Amino acid sequence: MAEPARARPKPTPETQHFWDGTQAGELRLQRCDACGNVYFPPRPFCPSCASRKISVFKASGKGKLYSYVINHRPAAPGFTPPYAIAVVELDEGPRMMSNIIDCPQTPEALELDMKLEVAFEKLDDKITLPMFRPAKG
Amino acid sequence: MRRNQVAVVGAAETTELGVIPNMSQIQLHADAALNAVADAGLKLSDIDGIATAVETPQQIAHYLGITPTWVDGTSVGGCSFMLHVRHAAAAIEAGLCKTVLITHAESGKSMIGKLPRSIPADSLQGQFEAPFGVYGPPSMFPIPVLRYMKTYGITHEQIAMVAVVQREWAAKNPRAMMKDPITVADVLNSRMIAYPFRLLQCCLVTDGGGALILTSADRARDFPKKSVYILGTGESVETPMVSQMETFNSSRAFKIAGPTAFREAGITHKDVDHLMIYDAFAHLPLYGLGDLGFMPHEETGKFIADGHTRPGGKLPLNTNGGGLSYMHSGMYGMYALQESVRQMRGIAPAQVKDAKISVCHGVGGMFAASGTIIFTNEK
Repeated sequence: MAEPARARPKPTPETQHFWDGTQAGELRLQRCDACGNVYFPPRPFCPSCASRKISVFKASGKGKLYSYVINHRPAAPGFTPPYAIAVVELDEGPRMMSNIIDCPQTPEALELDMKLEVAFEKLDDKITLPMFRPAKG
Repeated sequence: MRRNQVAVVGAAETTELGVIPNMSQIQLHADAALNAVADAGLKLSDIDGIATAVETPQQIAHYLGITPTWVDGTSVGGCSFMLHVRHAAAAIEAGLCKTVLITHAESGKSMIGKLPRSIPADSLQGQFEAPFGVYGPPSMFPIPVLRYMKTYGITHEQIAMVAVVQREWAAKNPRAMMKDPITVADVLNSRMIAYPFRLLQCCLVTDGGGALILTSADRARDFPKKSVYILGTGESVETPMVSQMETFNSSRAFKIAGPTAFREAGITHKDVDHLMIYDAFAHLPLYGLGDLGFMPHEETGKFIADGHTRPGGKLPLNTNGGGLSYMHSGMYGMYALQESVRQMRGIAPAQVKDAKISVCHGVGGMFAASGTIIFTNEK
């Protein structure tokens, strides 16, 4: 459970489906119906071809560690240093920032390209954050 | 834009740099502006165009008592001033104004009259980056570097050498904040900030400012100091979210701004006598060398580690000591421009002998924006 002081996202009309998804235990991405582009962060049109015909779908939740820092100072409110701030490359293509849980926050344990899977961490009654842990198996 | 049609005829930094507890941010702007106007032998009433970032142009114009006919408030981070130079040059050529003042200042250390920077919780950054513990540039800017190192085989020691070499330049500069020599071991043993970067690979936090005055090159002979001509310019933006860069192996904004400026200038890399690459953190000169086309990214770490950018090297880089050792008030681009102008005027503390072309490359945000200005002292 994250500490209450952690920065809390505030959904907008264009991102509500993403945050509804994390609460439901789904990582939701968007795909362009016209050109097939899968993209993130959410918006109601395709940033590649500008089509407004897009669909929301449940992503696999699988990805790999693209890059990271292990932050020592200054630490963000609600975080105990050192903690890794990671960018995860999802199997569907888009990348997103997250934290790596169930893993030592060390360079030795955090290997680039290691396989990851999504895990959901409830921040409060309305917000659940998408986190990632080393993939099992 | 046509080459050498616009000149820098005034350039100055704030009277003091470093820790300036007796001046607010807006007064630092004014101090730099008054110094630049004096450097150009002008009066504030001669200024008819104004550009600044973070602070608004109306704030600075009113404080200085300027009534502009051309205004640019482009605020894209630390390279905003490169973009201002580009926009001002176009405006002067188009006849929108005659004499432009560009100011930067930041009470970055003393935090007097400094505007708060906050990330709204409903912005994309607030929703998709802030909740994961990013907290200021040291926690964000280095995020791409581990991928870059893996892709290109760059070592920790090579990136540490960026800081070592820049300290060598700073040692020649009386106004540099940090002048004592350092070694690779010193860098790699300094306090951990955000792995893989340690204290000596992160920029300073200081107070200060700078200002430039630009006008048409055909007026340049009327000014007391040596004029410096604008040979080429480029700019671009990518994303305010470091996590959403197209790739961590290069900067898209760099790859547009830099080559655009080279094409406009009609020069090749061999023509470059002096180079500034905004170094908020130690990896930036590597990205810059690669993305501006000086060499493949794979060779950038070795190039610096082999000493080619140090005093006496074949490509003098960040000759004021850079953001790592000279000063960094928060938006360092103005100080890179000031050093390029000094080098072209032949008055830099660590002057590169017979330098005729200087490339000045800036970054804004965390690879969010970029601007490149190529100067020459020969018309």
